[in-house]
Amino acid sequence: MDGVTVTGVRAQARIVARADGRGGTALPVLDGEVPLAPRRTRSSGSEAKVVLVGAMSGPLGGDRLTVDVRVEEGARLHVGSAAATIALPGQAGGEARYDVRLDVADGAELHWLPEQLISAEGSDLYVTTRVEAGAGARLVLREEQVLGRVGERPGRLTSRLTVRAAGRTVLDQELACGLGAPGGWDGPAVLAGYRAVGQLVVVRPEFGERPVEARALGECAALVPLAGPAALVSAVAPDALRLRRLLDEALTRLV
Amino acid sequence: MMTRAALLVLADGRFPAGGHAHSGGAEAAVKAGRITDAASLEEFCRGRLHTAGLVAGALAAAAALGADPGELDAAADARTPSPALRTAARRLGRQLLRAARATWPSLELDAVAREFPKGAHQPVVLGLAARAAGLGPEDAAHCAVYESVSGPATATVRLLSLDPFHATAALARLAPELDRVADRAVAAARRARAEGVDALPAASGPLLEVGAEWHAAWPVRLFAS
Repeated sequence: MDGVTVTGVRAQARIVARADGRGGTALPVLDGEVPLAPRRTRSSGSEAKVVLVGAMSGPLGGDRLTVDVRVEEGARLHVGSAAATIALPGQAGGEARYDVRLDVADGAELHWLPEQLISAEGSDLYVTTRVEAGAGARLVLREEQVLGRVGERPGRLTSRLTVRAAGRTVLDQELACGLGAPGGWDGPAVLAGYRAVGQLVVVRPEFGERPVEARALGECAALVPLAGPAALVSAVAPDALRLRRLLDEALTRLV
Repeated sequence: MMTRAALLVLADGRFPAGGHAHSGGAEAAVKAGRITDAASLEEFCRGRLHTAGLVAGALAAAAALGADPGELDAAADARTPSPALRTAARRLGRQLLRAARATWPSLELDAVAREFPKGAHQPVVLGLAARAAGLGPEDAAHCAVYESVSGPATATVRLLSLDPFHATAALARLAPELDRVADRAVAAARRARAEGVDALPAASGPLLEVGAEWHAAWPVRLFAS
């Protein structure tokens, strides 16, 4: 033993958005620990904008990253990231965790639109995203996973997305892929060789009364109404660029 | 009163529950060129087993353990984003419920028929049918995970004129994995009894979901899903 214990990083970022009483949105909490750094950027109208900077260097094996976002009643928040997040193998080894908690109050709005999550060869990441949306909340959430950098085999990536809206779970899905994932993940029922997979969740109170109409967008993407005030676009594509194009196109149909 | 033969009655492909009209996504995968032979059928079944099969197995086991059918049905909805698949699962659930009530009359099955006039998700009904037949969660899970692969295998024999011996051999090769998935499903169902339905697995196959909507939009198809 060399007396040195290599452990992963534990880091948390917290954002709270609150209506400022003048038609805008304040950010009374905007904290991050390396490598998570949320930065406020120029706002537009009543919406506050935040960019997550520096997530790019992680998570590494053994890391445990947490992002907590709370959007309070009447506030509007837009969160993006400066670059793609790359899951890498780390010295500490073992699984890395990335947990995102998004709480959107009744009458609040959140756009959660980070860049892609890329699973590099040898990495092992478990990412969870849990959304709690109040009865009148509005949400646009995009999640994109890319399996391996160019010409590289993917690491192991397991991703669970749970969305609760107006008190019921409208979406609960987990995708496991890469080396060590349960069998068949790259076969004809799951990914069939596609290397980019993504989802777009849109929660709007009016979808409860008037759900979107289900529509296949070719054989690789579909827009569907969920069992509740929400819609989902699921897509697979050969690469990140084409996936983004599919999701962007689908979003314009919803706006 | 439990008998092993009750499991055979429930799992029999000739049990009159309407499953033969569904391909479990195989028809879409065949048309897209993703299933072309016995080897790609086996990979399709393996992927379906570890995703939809695991979820169905856990729902069935939880229902067999006596979990609340309403909560399980809502959990099935959240794990089935494709409305075409939600409709198919409810239709199959309704058909299975009719057959099960005639076969193993039970107050619990009667209650589910009243609570879900349009049908509950098929795996939930399957678990309740197993319970009414005096079977346990392991039996319910095995039934559900086996159905998750036997349906596509039978359908592919018809769609591709595949040699039925080759399709059956593919199922036999999957048998050890079926056992492992059924065990995981039962373990998750027991956890869900203590922690609630969020503890149930939520494994998904994007192409199963997307393919189901693509398939539902065809004007002519051999299978309902």
